[in-house]
Amino acid sequence: MNRKEKFAEVVLTVVGLTSVAVLALIIFFIFREGAPFFAEVGLGSFIGGTKWSPGKGQFGVLPMIAGSFFVTLGALVIGVPLGLGCALYLSEFAPKRTAAILKPLIEILAGIPSVVFGFIGLTVIVPLIRDRLGGPGFSVLASALVLGIMILPTMVSISYDALRAVPQVYREGMLAVGANRWQAVTSVVLPAARSGILAAGILSMGRAVGETMAVIMVAGNATIIPGSVLDPVRTLTSNIALEMGYAAGLHRQALFATGVVLFVIIGALNIVARSFVRNRVR
Amino acid sequence: MGTESMSAGAKVTAKDFRLYYGDFLALKGLNVDFPDKSITAIIGPSGCGKSTFLRSINRMNDLIEGVRVAGEIVYQGTNIYDPSVDLMWLRSRVGMVFQRPVAFPLSIYDNVACAPRVQGVRKRSELDEIVERSLRGVGLWDDVKDDLKKSALGLSLGNQQKLCIARAISTNPDVILLDEPASALDPIATLVLEDLMWKLREDYCLVIVTHNMQQAARASDYTVFMLGGEVVETGPTRQVFTNPRDPRTERYITGKLV
Repeated sequence: MNRKEKFAEVVLTVVGLTSVAVLALIIFFIFREGAPFFAEVGLGSFIGGTKWSPGKGQFGVLPMIAGSFFVTLGALVIGVPLGLGCALYLSEFAPKRTAAILKPLIEILAGIPSVVFGFIGLTVIVPLIRDRLGGPGFSVLASALVLGIMILPTMVSISYDALRAVPQVYREGMLAVGANRWQAVTSVVLPAARSGILAAGILSMGRAVGETMAVIMVAGNATIIPGSVLDPVRTLTSNIALEMGYAAGLHRQALFATGVVLFVIIGALNIVARSFVRNRVR
Repeated sequence: MGTESMSAGAKVTAKDFRLYYGDFLALKGLNVDFPDKSITAIIGPSGCGKSTFLRSINRMNDLIEGVRVAGEIVYQGTNIYDPSVDLMWLRSRVGMVFQRPVAFPLSIYDNVACAPRVQGVRKRSELDEIVERSLRGVGLWDDVKDDLKKSALGLSLGNQQKLCIARAISTNPDVILLDEPASALDPIATLVLEDLMWKLREDYCLVIVTHNMQQAARASDYTVFMLGGEVVETGPTRQVFTNPRDPRTERYITGKLV
């Protein structure tokens, strides 16, 4: 019995370490492939450069950093209020049975492949923007709309859990001084769930920054810093996915360097999100 | 006032008040007067309906699905179950303090100010004044006046309960309902709370539900003994405890099974 237990412990430890090792290897390879590029081109002209034309040896990644920033910001502007509103409805106002039906449906959204979102964006949203608002249709706005919907499951289910974790006595306590349900929500429930909602926003942001396929299909992918929401845009992840197929030499290294930038951004988001979740547990 | 003359001085009167959970008759026609500027204790074994009755007085039972009521609870000449009654008005006039202190995860200041804000008070100076008056009213002001911005969850349980009473009186009620307010508190905090109740008694009609016989005996003017959804006996506390009219009351207060 004891030997069996020892065996299980060893096996599980190895399995556990494997996933950590995979992460370590990913970090190692991205940095190993990207590092020579930083040495050759320099961090400043890479991150600060506004021209990306690998054929002429110009590797300025700023348009893509700006692209990821604007697209993510737009997605949050659309997805966060929508997702929080939905979570509030499900948690505070919907009859129990309605919530029990709707919440799993929203979570199914998370299981739809991103290429499907991209396809709908391509066939519905892009033409709509082109016809109604002008421009090529492939744009920051189209990307933000598609991503805004894609982050809903994350936003809704994590905010919902945060709202449900607020003790019922807080609601009763507010109702007992004459508050209506909406007042109870704004004065106590939302402040009490604040850190969980913040974590939901940050995780949604991570999802938006990382999403590639759907964005490629609707963004237009021009390597310019967009001047308006109707201009085409290219994100960091798109940049890697679009060019990795044919890149070689310094160009290939530049794409790994793009990955390093992305890695740093997402790592920072995760650390921030974790610190919020930890605060909530305390 | 006709028939009401017999209940002169009563702040709240239950008249043949019945309450159903679905088909179950939980309160079986209660007739009770709660006199003003005094403390009335509702006692009785678990499940006798005393908390349900208390929560009926500011309609907190409305939140529970399947609850129906019949009869009347009269406050200021109005049946509070009349459809024309504004719940916000009722609950600001009939405050409630719960079993476990419901200190919100907000600052001490906001824990009190949230109640007048709900009533539409917005001016900072007015809110400051209400917060100070309410905290003074429960004897908490001197302890917390320098910490108003700090989280209320840092306070001791006893002080959290005082804070909840401060919140309850911040809306100028004249009735305060207390649902086993000391059950989460240690003996010293309990005595402090009872002292506070005696002080509040000068201005308010207090109704307290308690499991604790000694507490009912030493901290109330009137006692209502309930059993199985009915009122068995009401009267001045000393009389109920020393010379009960009903043998069931006697058995309960002497600690025998009813």
